[in-house]
Amino acid sequence: MTLPLSWLISFSFALFAIGVFGVVVRRNLIFVLISIEIMLNAVALLFVAGSTLHPGSDGQVIYLMILAMAGAEVAIGLALVITMFRRWHSLDIDLLSKMRG
Amino acid sequence: MIDTIFIISAIIALVCALITVTHRNVVHALLFMVVMMLAIALIFYLLGAPFAAALQIIVYAGAIMVLFIFVTMMLHQGQRSIDQEHQLFSWRSAFLPMLLSLTLFIEVIFLLFTSDHQAIPVAVHSDTTKEIGILLFGPYHQLVILAALMLLSALIGAIHIATPTKPALGEEI
Repeated sequence: MTLPLSWLISFSFALFAIGVFGVVVRRNLIFVLISIEIMLNAVALLFVAGSTLHPGSDGQVIYLMILAMAGAEVAIGLALVITMFRRWHSLDIDLLSKMRG
Repeated sequence: MIDTIFIISAIIALVCALITVTHRNVVHALLFMVVMMLAIALIFYLLGAPFAAALQIIVYAGAIMVLFIFVTMMLHQGQRSIDQEHQLFSWRSAFLPMLLSLTLFIEVIFLLFTSDHQAIPVAVHSDTTKEIGILLFGPYHQLVILAALMLLSALIGAIHIATPTKPALGEEI
C-alpha cells in the first residue's frame, strides 16, 4: 500500500497557505495565533511524512520538538493577548502601533 | 482504500482550516480547529506514526486548545466581541491576500507535478514508540535538554508578561 508523496506535500502546503492567509487577513490577535498554529501543523505533517519515507524515526523526534515549541509559543502569545486586552480592552493588532515602548 | 481515507481526511482538514481562519466567532473557530487536529491525527496514523497521532490528539487537541479556550472564556464578551469582529474582518479586504496565497499554492503544485515524484510506502509498524524513545535518550538527548530549557523560559516569560502591574503615576492607561 503506497501513498503518493506529492499528495502529502500539496496537502501540507495547502494548510500552510491557509495559515499565511489567516495571518495576513485577520486583525484579531487570537486569530493570528490560531493561524500560526495551523502553519506549524502543516510543517509537522511534512516532518512525519519524511520520517515515513526515510528509514528511522528522526522526523517524529523533530515533531516532538515542534510540539514543545508550539506549547511555549502559545503560552507566551496568550500572555501577550491577556496583557493587551487588559490595557486596551480590544484585540485589534493595529492598536499595537501605538505602544511607544 | 488508503488513498480514499487520506483524501477524505485531507478535505475535512482543509475545509475546517478555512472555516477556522474566516469564522467571526472565536469559540466556533476553535471547535473547527479541534476537528482539523483530529483529521491530521488520522493522517499521521495512516502514515505509520501512531505515537505522533496520539500526541497530536493529547497535546494539540487537548492541552493547547484548552489554553486557547481558557483565554477566550476570559476575554470573550458575547455579542460585543462578535460585532467588533465584524468591524475588524471583511471579505472585501481579504480578497488580495487570498489571491496571493492561492498563487503561492498553485506555484508549488505546478512545481510538484511537473517533476517526478515517488510514493511513500505506508506500513504501520508497531515499535516506532520504542525507536523514538531510544533516539531521545541516545543521539538527541541534548535536544531534550534544550526543549526543557525552552519550556522553562516560556513559563517564566508568560508569568512575567501576564502579571498585572500597577500603572506608574501619570501614565495613561
